[in-house]
Amino acid sequence: MESSAMPQTLARLPLSHPATLRAIHGDRPFRRRLMELGLLPGTTVEVTRVAPLGDPLELQVRGCRLSIRRRDAEAVELQPLALAAK
Amino acid sequence: MALAGNPNTGKTTLFNQLTGHRARVGNYPGVTVERRSGNLDLDGPVELLDTPGTYSLLARSEDEQVAIAALLGMDGHPRPDAIIVVVDATQLVRNLYLALQLIEFGSPCVIALNMIDEAPIPPDPAAITALLGVPCVPTTAREGVGMDALRGALSATLAHRSAPPRPGVPYPETVTSALDGILAELPDGSADPGMGLWCLMSEAPGGSERLKQLVASARAHTDIDQDIIAARYAFLETLDSAPPEATLTERVDRVLLHPIAGFAVFAGVMLTLFQVLFTGADPAIGLLEDVLGWLQGAATASLPAGVLTELLTEGMIGGVGNALVFLPQILLLFFLLGLLEDSGYMARVAYLMDRVMRALGLHGRAFVPMLSGLACAVPAIMATRTLERRRDRLMVMAVVPLMTCSARLPVYTLIIASLFPPSSLFGIVPVQGLMMMAMYLFGLLTTLAVAGVLGKTALRGQRVGLILELPPYRMPTAMALLRTMWERGKIFLTEAGTVIAVCTVIMWALLRFPALPEPPGGVVSLSPAEVTAWQADRLEHSAAGRLGRGMEPVLAPLGFDWKMGVGIVGAFAAREVFVSTMGIVYGVGEDVTEETPALRDRMRAETRTDGTPVYTPLVGVSLMVFFSLACQCMSTLAIIKRETRSWKWPAFVFVYMSVLAWLASFAIYQIGSLLGIGT
Repeated sequence: MESSAMPQTLARLPLSHPATLRAIHGDRPFRRRLMELGLLPGTTVEVTRVAPLGDPLELQVRGCRLSIRRRDAEAVELQPLALAAK
Repeated sequence: MALAGNPNTGKTTLFNQLTGHRARVGNYPGVTVERRSGNLDLDGPVELLDTPGTYSLLARSEDEQVAIAALLGMDGHPRPDAIIVVVDATQLVRNLYLALQLIEFGSPCVIALNMIDEAPIPPDPAAITALLGVPCVPTTAREGVGMDALRGALSATLAHRSAPPRPGVPYPETVTSALDGILAELPDGSADPGMGLWCLMSEAPGGSERLKQLVASARAHTDIDQDIIAARYAFLETLDSAPPEATLTERVDRVLLHPIAGFAVFAGVMLTLFQVLFTGADPAIGLLEDVLGWLQGAATASLPAGVLTELLTEGMIGGVGNALVFLPQILLLFFLLGLLEDSGYMARVAYLMDRVMRALGLHGRAFVPMLSGLACAVPAIMATRTLERRRDRLMVMAVVPLMTCSARLPVYTLIIASLFPPSSLFGIVPVQGLMMMAMYLFGLLTTLAVAGVLGKTALRGQRVGLILELPPYRMPTAMALLRTMWERGKIFLTEAGTVIAVCTVIMWALLRFPALPEPPGGVVSLSPAEVTAWQADRLEHSAAGRLGRGMEPVLAPLGFDWKMGVGIVGAFAAREVFVSTMGIVYGVGEDVTEETPALRDRMRAETRTDGTPVYTPLVGVSLMVFFSLACQCMSTLAIIKRETRSWKWPAFVFVYMSVLAWLASFAIYQIGSLLGIGT
């Protein structure tokens, strides 16, 4: 599948497809806070819903529901889907 | 002693349980963050400070910065002797992360393992104590379970006041070697590993140049943030925990966040909120006005007629009334806000509206205060405290007075009904209704435009990524709701209310002095028509009347005469006062409403010296636009002063709104006159 060829980000993750987090980029306070909330490399994340107006995204991480904007989700890099345990 | 914890952990419920009914509410010095404290009975009273919820000791917002400073004893805050860390048992690891940071700082902590009843596999308090070296007490704060055990653990901790043992977090070599270098550089007394780790992760570690270099070089070699956070998580994950099966919340959200059903419910909730705010307070306000009217009548009847009696009835009782009249709306709004917040729906409002509010550079939560502004700016400005960032609060406070509040309605109604025909455009669109709608739309558009400009200038904030937690739905408790209402009401009356009352007395004096000599035989000897004429003369003679006359050169280019100037001066007490001031000015009497036909007829009949009518439709539009934009409301300014703790912001709002109002009315009247529209 072509999805394994390009870098996969959380912003482009299809709904209800759990994936493994690889790294978080972006500005330091935001990145640090996401990691402090448990979004660390190796953690499983899933986009469970998109808000009716297209943004923000709703995530399921470690049994907790978080919401971040699509633009910020670009900074969250995932393991290629083909390799992620499904 | 202080209370710390993540947001949505039941921290405030626990605070209420521990302190009973005696909370003191104030502000942290210099910031708009609220400070709540109360007395906790251990072996004697101990002050317990509630701090804003935070996920970490590294702040992203001003609220968090205040919480952190208060918890660690920085920036002049006294360091607490002990900290209760409230931990949500269903989100164990993420919540203990904050506790671990505090313990690493050497703060004596007690962990309150809250909402233990909601965890499918309750975490083991003994295992937490064994891992972290601090007491851990299971609690269910909303039912008051575990409070005695918590008090016991607090007493024991306060008796020792010793730092907890250093937890054995397995930091990798990259972190420990950087830490060694930093510890050598920290001043004695603060050279503990907690501080060292904090310096490594902080943007502004402070300290010596050498320290900054060490931090920078450590960060160049490795991803220090990730190394530290991952090690802490690995350490905490040795505990057994399971996430909750939030099935009920998930099922509810399938409806409430649904693209169609969710918006329908949202619209319903917001309409109800607005409707309750707009009309729900009316019976209470009516009752209040009756009681005050009776008081004024009784005082007038029983006291000798004179200036002092008038000061008491019209100045003082009127002033207290002007402040009290906001109270029903404020209590209602905070009851509704409490319901939204405590049930968990506010997070959904933020989620649904984020896309819209983002356009203004605001968080989705700002929708509710902005909507409240359609009823009244005063409670809306008080509601900005539900926003996390100071910049967002200032932004809403600066623009919400532009929304069409209910006090503008009588002014618009009077002008529209007097100057626009009750006919229809193309036989279907009523002109008067169209004008009213246009004024609402105008208010909304100027609000958005000013927010856009401010967001790019005075209130340019750096873009901050949204991180919003969607907590499980919970039933709000009556005690917490009543307590918020009580606290908000008290703050309003004692702080903003006094300013409003004093301003009312000043306004009364401006409208009353210098006094016109009484007619021979006294006012009582005059016929009703003579009384109204005498009142009009008295107003013209007063300071406000002179001010109105003095403003004529400034107001004339807007199409206003000095009588409107007097009305504008009087309206500073509250916009709707414009109507009764015009009643006096035109000798129709002070007991007029926007519906009084005599006042409308009198306004239509008013002519300039050259015989042309004063009130043309163009003047009407100019006047309405002026009222839409000008900050003719001392109560709004008083509440902004109270919320920002400075005169700078109310002064800014007053000046920018007045300038905007003058420019807009000037442009409308001048361009309209040139083109001959509506003259």
